[in-house]
Amino acid sequence: MAKAIKADNLSKAYQLGDFGTGTISRDLERYWARLRGKEDPFLKIGETNDRTSKGESDIVWSLKDLNFEIEQGDAVGIIGRNGAGKSTLLKILSRVTSPTTGNIKVKGRIASLLEVGTGFHPELTGRENIYLNGAILGMRKAEIKRKFDEIVDFSGVERYIDTPVKRYSSGMYVRLAFAVAAHLESEILIVDEVLAVGDAEFQKKCLGKMGDVSKGEGRTVLFVSHNMEAVSNLCNTGLLLNNGEIAFSGSTYDTIAKYSVVADEIFKSKITHHALSPDVTVDLFEIDKSEITTGDHLAFNLTLSCKTNNNFQSVAIFIYDEYDQKVSFIDLRSNDLFMVSGVKTTFNISGKLLHLPYLPGKYKIGLHVQSNLLLKDFFGLLHFEVVQKPMTDDILPYPLHVRGRTEIDYSFTIK
Amino acid sequence: MTEPDDYWDLEIKPKSSLFDLKLKDVWSYRDLLLLLVRRDFVSFYKQTILGPVWFFVQPVITILVYNLIFSNLAGIKTDDIPGPVFYLAGTIIWNYFSECLTKTSTVFKDNSAMLGKVYFPRLIMPLSIVFSNLIRFGVQLLLFIVLLLYYMVSGYHIAPNIYIALFPFLILMIAALGLGLGMIISAATTKYRDLAFVVSFGVPLLMYTTTVIYPLSEVIKKYPAYSWLIKFNPLTAVIETCRYGFLGKGAFSWDLLLYSSAVTIVILFTGIVIFNKVEKTFVDTV
Repeated sequence: MAKAIKADNLSKAYQLGDFGTGTISRDLERYWARLRGKEDPFLKIGETNDRTSKGESDIVWSLKDLNFEIEQGDAVGIIGRNGAGKSTLLKILSRVTSPTTGNIKVKGRIASLLEVGTGFHPELTGRENIYLNGAILGMRKAEIKRKFDEIVDFSGVERYIDTPVKRYSSGMYVRLAFAVAAHLESEILIVDEVLAVGDAEFQKKCLGKMGDVSKGEGRTVLFVSHNMEAVSNLCNTGLLLNNGEIAFSGSTYDTIAKYSVVADEIFKSKITHHALSPDVTVDLFEIDKSEITTGDHLAFNLTLSCKTNNNFQSVAIFIYDEYDQKVSFIDLRSNDLFMVSGVKTTFNISGKLLHLPYLPGKYKIGLHVQSNLLLKDFFGLLHFEVVQKPMTDDILPYPLHVRGRTEIDYSFTIK
Repeated sequence: MTEPDDYWDLEIKPKSSLFDLKLKDVWSYRDLLLLLVRRDFVSFYKQTILGPVWFFVQPVITILVYNLIFSNLAGIKTDDIPGPVFYLAGTIIWNYFSECLTKTSTVFKDNSAMLGKVYFPRLIMPLSIVFSNLIRFGVQLLLFIVLLLYYMVSGYHIAPNIYIALFPFLILMIAALGLGLGMIISAATTKYRDLAFVVSFGVPLLMYTTTVIYPLSEVIKKYPAYSWLIKFNPLTAVIETCRYGFLGKGAFSWDLLLYSSAVTIVILFTGIVIFNKVEKTFVDTV
């Protein structure tokens, strides 16, 4: 198979912070160094791109020494945490910005969809915007004219085509915008999470169209998304970025699996020395797993310490879902708690949550604490994810939104 | 695939040659240029009742005010040409220049949302500004010609002559000057915006160093020692030549025009080179 894209030591540095009077002297210094043919003095001290830790310099390598090749006709899912460098890579590929060092070689025409509806003018009609947007994306006028009916048909906003787009609903706007983009003729299609918009029916249509693009027409597709389901549906290979470097590349399945490991770093299953108040500290709060399947058990271990003796009236663990809906409240009050907390400044509660009936999704754990000195809820201390039970037979599970709020164990017979 | 494996259509790399102006790329995006110009024109008068008539309103009011203040009140001579037509000639040219300059100088800032999301030759953007304003200029030129004919019919001594033939060349010069200067400023303001403030008050002031509201002959007569300052401005030659062609009065000299042309070419070329250098990474700093 022929290569479609080849990157050699691709790096991109960004300057952090504000530009002001302080930066101009440094710019002059850099210019002076370049003039003498020396290496840029400020790029040498760059660090890896970890947004959570504070670095020494204000240069950050958003991408660092990327080397990869992409075959023609591949559909590549690019995944990684926020700030891993995915968007920077796409920006360089779409020529919106250029790399700091290294290069990318490309075979064929690139169409990039970093955003749908770029350049849409609110005062112009749908028809006028199709032409304008198409031209911005690199289509010739004749090409747009030829595909015009097809585009309008795909968008499903025929009735509004001569109305200014400022009167469109946001969904219609996106439909029209994606329709234009979907009809680009290019060998390589770059898509940044644009599918997060529009209703379910239209999303499906877009995914279908993209599937056609890579499978049917043999085009190369690069797809960035946090939606692992979409990635695994669409892509045959994956590229996992972490802190601006390639952490893994291989089949979609393996890449997603590796991603969950990387993602675990933010799915905290343990915290230590976390101050709740000047007086009360969580010495340790942990759960034994960061990922469970529905019906699994989850063990927890909580150690609280206080500087003075607190009389705890209540300690409770609460669990809430990604929409911040509380799903469970685990009451840990007992006579032991009242007794222990009055005399000891450090005490431990451990236990097990049985048969968690949660639907697949991400969940957060918080603490409710009430003592004579403190009454408060603390949110987002721990995180865990519930994943779909492995399927036993050929029957596909229903989509999440029709499955109610809890999963219960059940059995049935058919006669 | 019949192509050898080491053949690549496109190489994305940090720096390219200073003089790689990518004009071929611009040409292949000419449809976009047309559509952008159309967008500017159409969106200008959307939801107005008078529509394109608004193109006339601004210059008409401007020349009325100029006529009242500079001609009547201040008594600045207009080379024996009726005030309104004298001012209009200078005003529409000056407006074209200043619009091209100010709009181009903020092109990166104004369009950063669009330019940050999709690639097309960036030069298209300032070019679309120049062409959009050319339409406006054309409409205002009609007004000028109507006014000119009116004064000629009513018996004023106005003598258009063969130098009108220079007019297309003059337009090209104004556009090139506005575009070139604007691009230099736009490149300089992506990281540090200081210069943008200079533009906002400097351009209106610059008008007074150009022969918009007075003829060059008056300056030479009253301040012969300082007239070089006015001649130094490349726009002076353009406006004077234009007045000379259409109205038969004005200080026309080939030397001055040649000087202006040379300055224009240098500015335009510098502008394009700097613009092309900045466009590659402006997204990171704008």
